Amino acid sequence: MAATATRATTDEPGERGILSAFDRRRSGVRMGLGVVHVVLFTGLVVAGLGPVLWLAKAAVTPTQDTLSEPFALFPNGLDLANLTAAWVEVEVGRYFLNTLLVAAGCWAVSLLVAATGGYLLSVLRPRYTRLIDGAILATLFIPAVVLLVPLYLTVVRPAIGPSLLNNYLAVWLPAAANAFNVLLVKRFFDNLPREVFEAARTDGAGPFRLFWSIVLPMSRPILAVVSVFAIVASLKDYLWPSLVLPAAEIQPLGVRLPAIASQTELDVFLAALAIATLVPIVLFLLFQRVFLRSAGLGGAVKG
Amino acid sequence: MTALHEATAPAAVPAERRPSASGARRAPERGPVAGVRRWVRGGGLSTLAFAIPLLIVFGIFSWSPIVQAMVMSFQKTNLITSQFVGFDNFAHVLADPLLGRAVLNTLYFAVLALVLGFPLPILLAVLMSEVRRGRGLYSALAYLPVVIPPVVAVLLWKFFFSASETGVFNTVLGWVGIPAQPWIQSAASAMPSLVLEATWAAAGGSIIIYLAALLGVPGELYDAAEVDGATIWRKIWHVTLPQLRGVIFIMLILQIIATAQIFLEPFLFTGGGPNNATVTVLLLIYRYAFQNSLGGDYGEATALSLMLAIVLAGLSFLYFKATERWSS
Repeated sequence: MAATATRATTDEPGERGILSAFDRRRSGVRMGLGVVHVVLFTGLVVAGLGPVLWLAKAAVTPTQDTLSEPFALFPNGLDLANLTAAWVEVEVGRYFLNTLLVAAGCWAVSLLVAATGGYLLSVLRPRYTRLIDGAILATLFIPAVVLLVPLYLTVVRPAIGPSLLNNYLAVWLPAAANAFNVLLVKRFFDNLPREVFEAARTDGAGPFRLFWSIVLPMSRPILAVVSVFAIVASLKDYLWPSLVLPAAEIQPLGVRLPAIASQTELDVFLAALAIATLVPIVLFLLFQRVFLRSAGLGGAVKG
Repeated sequence: MTALHEATAPAAVPAERRPSASGARRAPERGPVAGVRRWVRGGGLSTLAFAIPLLIVFGIFSWSPIVQAMVMSFQKTNLITSQFVGFDNFAHVLADPLLGRAVLNTLYFAVLALVLGFPLPILLAVLMSEVRRGRGLYSALAYLPVVIPPVVAVLLWKFFFSASETGVFNTVLGWVGIPAQPWIQSAASAMPSLVLEATWAAAGGSIIIYLAALLGVPGELYDAAEVDGATIWRKIWHVTLPQLRGVIFIMLILQIIATAQIFLEPFLFTGGGPNNATVTVLLLIYRYAFQNSLGGDYGEATALSLMLAIVLAGLSFLYFKATERWSS
């Protein structure tokens, strides 16, 4: 599936689709395709890019103009002070840093658990492999909603140690308990050529060396996909971090924004929203290919 | 899919295959020390090192809470003590007059989301896969709303939904002569407004998945259909849609599972209002546990989430069977 998903994002004419070369030469079809182009382009620009552009404009527009003429382009000039006000007074910068800390931790722990777990279940295969495999698979059937309350209580009063409330570990560790990521990596490892492992073992590589120098370098594509999943999931989550990080000063921006909304002037608030959108969009533009490939994987082989 | 096939008979590993017994069974020497030594020499320690992250994270944050959920739904629990109360939690939840409302609202959301949001990505993906030129640009544009953090999207749309004459959406409606709408301010239009935002936010992801599936349709099938004289419409009806059947079914179940747990939109847009028109099951669970002035009623909250989960687990199972069948 990964190969076709990559192809979906490029413009290369791959294999044929519904229309044959003959169909494409017919004038009716050509006109139809022209119309489709126009409709797709306008529709997607308005729906996809429109809100982002509007937000970018509103971020530097005075409140009164945004309220009275939402589509007028700067009738009374720019208000760049919004951005600095959002950064300094609303302390968007601090919450932004929290967002990055949460995302970085989720990424690191998820990758660690998925890679070591996948290696355990696919390559080392101890006797209890099937037991763990089954137990991980079973969690795929449990909807997230079941975990909400007991997980919260686990964090508030863990079996050992102090409460994890207001501790980033409370966000990082549950995020890594993701069966989908582990199974995804395991399946990828399953398809790596065993001969290479045998050759490395013959040359005296132990389990750690095999993992670090052979398996991981061969698995960059799937590690990239898991990275995208982990980071995107952490940037999107609201409910869980809002429960376990009640202290405002350590909350990520996404959790803080709804609380800020009521106490901030509209133009400054919209500037804060714009800043919060910036990182995910920049990440997306930089790693578009990985993003779209991951998205294609998401539905096609999930489970 | 091999990995998943192997695991379809989960958790039924007999006790004698567990690692603790392994050293002793093979060892000609007797005694626990020799067994441990043998286990270490066989790479047991390094295997354990690789197992630890997985076992800790899943043990504490997945397996144990699942078991706890089953226990807690039969207990009256606060942060200090727990007391067994049988089916009281379930009885209380089922007697809550808001529950019926929440279930109906959730169903309403799910159905509206299916009608509005389900066919659209299929149609767009088919069109996008046929135009060829610009496909990369179109996928990126379609995926952009998925990239925006949901909280930002909801807060932005909350402003778009402003009921005033000069609200963003009302201005657009004004251009085509439609009077201003109350959007999320009225009980009648609140839920459809939420669905509109949710559809916008999710469509891009589905489009990318359908695009990938469309490109996986073998070209020979179309060639064969053309030999039989099929028109474009007949090719779509008899080749494309049957080939997409599996993905469509999977996406259908995934969407139902997701909409049944809808929380963020009603929580941030309306808080369940106006007049309880947008209270959903998950919002109710949240209220039981975390917005209760008498302290969290964790038992009732888990009882309700378990009931929802049983319904969803059936769907998950169907989904799993479907992925297994169509991806092998």
